[in-house]
Amino acid sequence: MSAEPSPQSPWQAATITRIQKRTPRVTSFWFQPMRPFAHLAGQHVDIRLTAPDGYQARRSYSIASAPEAGAVVELAIERLDDGEVSPFFHDVAAVGDEIELRGPLGGHFIWEESDGGPILLVGGGSGVVPLMAMVRHRTLRNTAVPVVLVFSARVWDEVIFRDELIGLDDRRDGFDLVLTLTREPARRPPDYSRRVDARMMAQAIERLPKAPRLAYVCGSNAFVSAAADALIGAGVPAGIIRTERYGV
Amino acid sequence: MVTRGFFSGRRPPSDTDTRIPPGQYLEQGFPVLSAGPTPRVRTEDWSFTLKRGPRPLKTWNWAEFNALPQSKMTRDIHCVTAWTKFNTPWQGVMIDDILADAGIEPPTAYTLALSFDGYSTNVPTKDLVTGKAMVALLYEGKPITPDHGGPARLLVPHLYFWKSAKWVNGLQFTERDEPGFWELRGYHMYGDPWREQRYSSDP
Ligand SMILES: Cc1cc2nc3c(=O)[nH]c(=O)nc-3n(C[C@H](O)[C@H](O)[C@H](O)COP(=O)(O)OP(=O)(O)OC[C@H]3O[C@@H](n4cnc5c(N)ncnc54)[C@H](O)[C@@H]3O)c2cc1C
Repeated sequence: MSAEPSPQSPWQAATITRIQKRTPRVTSFWFQPMRPFAHLAGQHVDIRLTAPDGYQARRSYSIASAPEAGAVVELAIERLDDGEVSPFFHDVAAVGDEIELRGPLGGHFIWEESDGGPILLVGGGSGVVPLMAMVRHRTLRNTAVPVVLVFSARVWDEVIFRDELIGLDDRRDGFDLVLTLTREPARRPPDYSRRVDARMMAQAIERLPKAPRLAYVCGSNAFVSAAADALIGAGVPAGIIRTERYGV
Repeated sequence: MVTRGFFSGRRPPSDTDTRIPPGQYLEQGFPVLSAGPTPRVRTEDWSFTLKRGPRPLKTWNWAEFNALPQSKMTRDIHCVTAWTKFNTPWQGVMIDDILADAGIEPPTAYTLALSFDGYSTNVPTKDLVTGKAMVALLYEGKPITPDHGGPARLLVPHLYFWKSAKWVNGLQFTERDEPGFWELRGYHMYGDPWREQRYSSDP
C-alpha cells in the first residue's frame, strides 16, 4: 500500500502541558507541538479554535519562552472579558487539551544575539511577552549585550514575569529593568509612576553604555503609538524602531 | 479538529458569510498595524514617482497629484491579522489614471509599491490596473490620517491589506517578482485572502 504524500498543513495540534497564573489577568500556557519547531525571540504563533459546527476563531500570540528553552512553547494570554478567544483560555482550556497552532511566524519583530546591541525594549501590558523571549534569550546565551527594558503596567500586581525580571535585574550583568506603574506609586528606585514619555525614554537610554542599535516596542496600538513617539522625541532614529501592535 | 469546550457566539450574520474570507472575522473598528513608528509626512514634502527599475519615469508633487482625475472605491478590506471590514469608502487616483497622465503603458509585469518609511510591497502589475487599485487620498471623505497611511496610501482591496502600502510615494516596475518588506519576512508573495495566502508556506 502506498499513500500519496499530501502537502502538510501548516496547522498542527499542540498539547497544553502546564498552566500557571502570572497576574490576576494574565495566565501562561505551555504547548507541546506534535511537530516541534525552532523559533526566534520575538516571533508569534497563530492559534485556531474550532466550534462543533465548523466555525473558527484565530488569533496571534507571541512566544514568551526563549529559543533555547526547547520544544514546549510558553504563551502568556491576557483575559479580555468581552473577548472571544482569551476568555476561552482562561475559563475552559485545561492541561491535556489539544489546540491547533501554526508557527513560528513573523520575521521583523525579532532579536537574535548576532543582531548585537545595545537594545532598548519598551513594553506595555501583555506587550512584554515577545520582549521577555528576547530577555530570556540574552540570559540563556550568556551574552553581555546591554539591554534596558521599560515595562509599563497599571499596578505592581499586574507586572507580568515580575519576580523573574527583578531577579535578572539584580544580577547587574548588563540587563536593566525599569518599571512604570500608571495607577500606583513607584516601588523601586529606578521606577516611575506615569505613562511613558520622551524624558523617560531619554533616561532609559542613559542607562545604556552607548546609543541603542535597535529599539523594540510592543503592546496595544495606543501604547505603541505613544511609546514610538516618545522614542522619537528622545532622539531615537525612526529607522531603528521596530513595533508590534496587538491591535485593540 | 474541534476544540473541546469552544462554542462561540461571535458568528457573523449568515447573509454576510459569503463576504468574509476563510479564517477572517468581521471588525467594526479600524485597527492599525505597521512595522515601525508612524511617519508624519507633510504634503509640502510629499511626492509620488513612477519608476522603471532605478529610472524615474515621472514625478508629481501634492498639488499636481491632486489635480489628476479622482475616483471613489467602496470595498471590503481583509487584514492578514484576521479582521475583515466591510464597505470602506476611499477616494483617490486610479493607477490607470496615473499611468495615463504619464503617457505610458505598464512596462513590466511586476511592481513594487514604495513608501516614505522605506517599506515596500510587491504586487503583480495586472492587479493594479483595469480599475482594481488606486492611490487613495481620502477615507470617509476626509484626508487619511497618518496612522492609516496618510497623506496617501495604496489601495489594492482584493489582496490582504499589507499590500495596500501606507505612506506610499511611488511605484517601481520590476522585471521579476521581487519580494517587498513583509514578503522578505515570511509573508506571501501574492496574498489572496480567498485562498488564505497569509504566509510564504501557504500554497
Ligand atoms: C502579533 C501579535 C501577538 C500577540 N501576542 C499576544 C500575547 O502575547 N498575549 C496576549 O494576551 N495577546 C496577544 N495578542 C493579542 C491577541 O491576538 C488577541 O487580540 C487578544 O487575545 C484578544 O482576543 P480575544 O478573542 O480575546 O478578543 P476579541 O474577541 O478579539 O476582542 C478584543 C476586544 O475587542 C472587542 N471586540 C472586538 N470585536 C467584537 C465584537 N464583534 N463584539 C464585541 N466586542 C468585540 C472586545 O471588547 C474585546 O475587548 C497578539 C496580537 C498580535 C497581532
